[in-house]
Amino acid sequence: MPLIKDGQVRQDQWRHLDDDEALPKDADAVTVSLARWERNETELHDWNGRLGLRLDSGQLAEQVGDTAQRFDLIMIAFPAFTDGRGFSTARLLRARYGFTGELRATGHVIRDQFFFLQRVGFDTIELADPAPAAQWAEAMTEVSVVYQPSNDRRVTIPRARWQTPAAAE
Amino acid sequence: MYQYDTFDHALVRDRVSQFRGQVARRLAGELSEEEFRPLRLMNGLYLQLHAYMLRVAIPYGTLSATQMRRLAHIARRYDRGFGHFTTRQNIQYNWPKLEEVPDLLEDLAEVEMHAIQTSGNCIRNTTSDPFAGRAADEVEDARVWCEIIRQWSTLHPEFSFLPRKFKIAVSAAKVDRAAIRVHDIGLHLHRNDAGETGFQVMVGGGLGRTPMVGKTIREFLPAEHLLSYLEAILRVYNQEGRRDNKFKARIKILVHESSPEVIREKVEAEWQAIRDEAVDLPAEEVARIRAFFAAPDWPARPDAPAALAAARAKQPAFDRWVKANVAPHRTPGYAIVTVSLKPVGGPPGDATDAQMDAIADLSERYGFGEIRVTHEQNLVLPDVAQEDLHALWLALGEQGLATANVNLVSDIIACPGLDYCALANARSIPVAQDITRRFADDDRIGLIGELKIKISGCINACGHHHVGDIGILGVEKTGEEFYQITLGGRPDDKAAIGTITGRAFAYDEVVDAVERIVETYMALRADGEIFRDTLTRLGHDPFKEALYAAD
Repeated sequence: MPLIKDGQVRQDQWRHLDDDEALPKDADAVTVSLARWERNETELHDWNGRLGLRLDSGQLAEQVGDTAQRFDLIMIAFPAFTDGRGFSTARLLRARYGFTGELRATGHVIRDQFFFLQRVGFDTIELADPAPAAQWAEAMTEVSVVYQPSNDRRVTIPRARWQTPAAAE
Repeated sequence: MYQYDTFDHALVRDRVSQFRGQVARRLAGELSEEEFRPLRLMNGLYLQLHAYMLRVAIPYGTLSATQMRRLAHIARRYDRGFGHFTTRQNIQYNWPKLEEVPDLLEDLAEVEMHAIQTSGNCIRNTTSDPFAGRAADEVEDARVWCEIIRQWSTLHPEFSFLPRKFKIAVSAAKVDRAAIRVHDIGLHLHRNDAGETGFQVMVGGGLGRTPMVGKTIREFLPAEHLLSYLEAILRVYNQEGRRDNKFKARIKILVHESSPEVIREKVEAEWQAIRDEAVDLPAEEVARIRAFFAAPDWPARPDAPAALAAARAKQPAFDRWVKANVAPHRTPGYAIVTVSLKPVGGPPGDATDAQMDAIADLSERYGFGEIRVTHEQNLVLPDVAQEDLHALWLALGEQGLATANVNLVSDIIACPGLDYCALANARSIPVAQDITRRFADDDRIGLIGELKIKISGCINACGHHHVGDIGILGVEKTGEEFYQITLGGRPDDKAAIGTITGRAFAYDEVVDAVERIVETYMALRADGEIFRDTLTRLGHDPFKEALYAAD
């Protein structure tokens, strides 16, 4: 499926393997489910290409832990946009478990969540219909200030108040 | 009162433009109603039985005169000349047109108001003690911390899609006037033996179809760690709260199913992991916010002036009003006045545009231009000189706002019910109106004394019936409205959930049933007892007997 990254539509370069699908010879970037990763296949551990992990919404960051750093991509599924567990998963994978690779939201997310998704550390969004990509980019510009510290490391309002006291007049 | 700086203004204005765009997409047909629904709900816009309803946030129930005048303007310009103050200390407008809502929000933004997070599965308006900053029994003005929570929770990147809505209430007083134990999180600010201020943290209280009293998971949290501790609770809830069944999705169910001890351990572990991160505010920022809530410089006025006593002696109606509606102020010479929005035969919590304007004027003439909204759907003028009480009472009377019934049998909480609400099974407002008509005699209600009736039109319990001395719950049986009666609930520091008396009553039997309960109490009460005391002393049997003897 196409992706949105930095406001642009991109093609997915990754191969997403089923749990019983053999590692392909012709791909250099594959993802596996957490269940498959936890089976501890020698083949997977010896794999030299880029490796990605797929989490469903009920698989929380703690289950991955520091192993997160082993992956180049982690995909977090949103079965419905109202299922907000993925926001905490993303926040913790980055802030607590040191994940620095690509974080991707899959499944059902909406344009109006893009701001929040990006704030907790998502880089890419998988989209069934890439047509409104421009609208998604626009969603990032709608709110100019934030109160809470998060993974995007934006300067928060409470900090800004004390860095530039003149602006708070 | 807190005043926005350029940052706060920017956020609210950005949010208005964003919502204007969302409404435009809806009106242009780019969004279906289904797609628009989550967007409007994040901004307090509901689709009710007859029209859209907009819920405007009144953070911790505090308003300036300017803001109250703006609410009056909105009632006139965008609605049918009235607004409805709610148990969340907010105001609802029942008849706005979708295409006008962005303009309405812009009018609000000009006076530092908004509708952000007044609905949706997010952190809602934080509620507080309507007497905060003025009561003698508090350690600090709780609103300092409410404002800190308001800012932290606004457009929170991680906690805007929770399993269910999330309500936080803060009290800093001995007497709980904010029902903190029936909130998802209740925070009680108090002093420890060392004289430091911190929060008792209660989690998992709530009403609805599974009413529960909150469980204390921490006796003393140093106040400066509030936000990191809240973040820990919200993170545990966001990850582990049930999402398979919306009726079991509130944090109270998680606390109940996993036990308060387990939740405490998880929250504490999470908090230890984040407590030194950046979320807690720097001390200078807390001090900046605290400064906005500094007590006004009350000019010296005579305490217990002779003229007040004389007026009370001369005018029994004024005396009754003082007894019921006036509470002690921390400063000698002053009083806290509750303005009842429960006139006989009126819908509880409604105010007209003219009344709102009048209250705004009176708050300036008899105070410092500050007004509070109570969770019991009344308004408060927090700084009235005792010398001015009589003049204020006369002025309120001209606006139909001098009803002398605060905390009395006709001071009823009622949800909008089937007259407005898409969820309701039964009417609430007409039941409340009928009860106030039955108990219209001021002398009689004064003799009955404190007695809180709370009415909900469905199991969601927006009318707080679980915590009424007498609770009334509308249910639907084979197409007819019936009403269950509960007794013995209370929302305060001794919070308890009422228990059902027995079979439900038909619509036209409810008022008689309430009166039978009241008459039973009047016949059995000992000297100095209020309803709650008699019920505690005698148990529910005499009341059940009175209700069902004929069955």
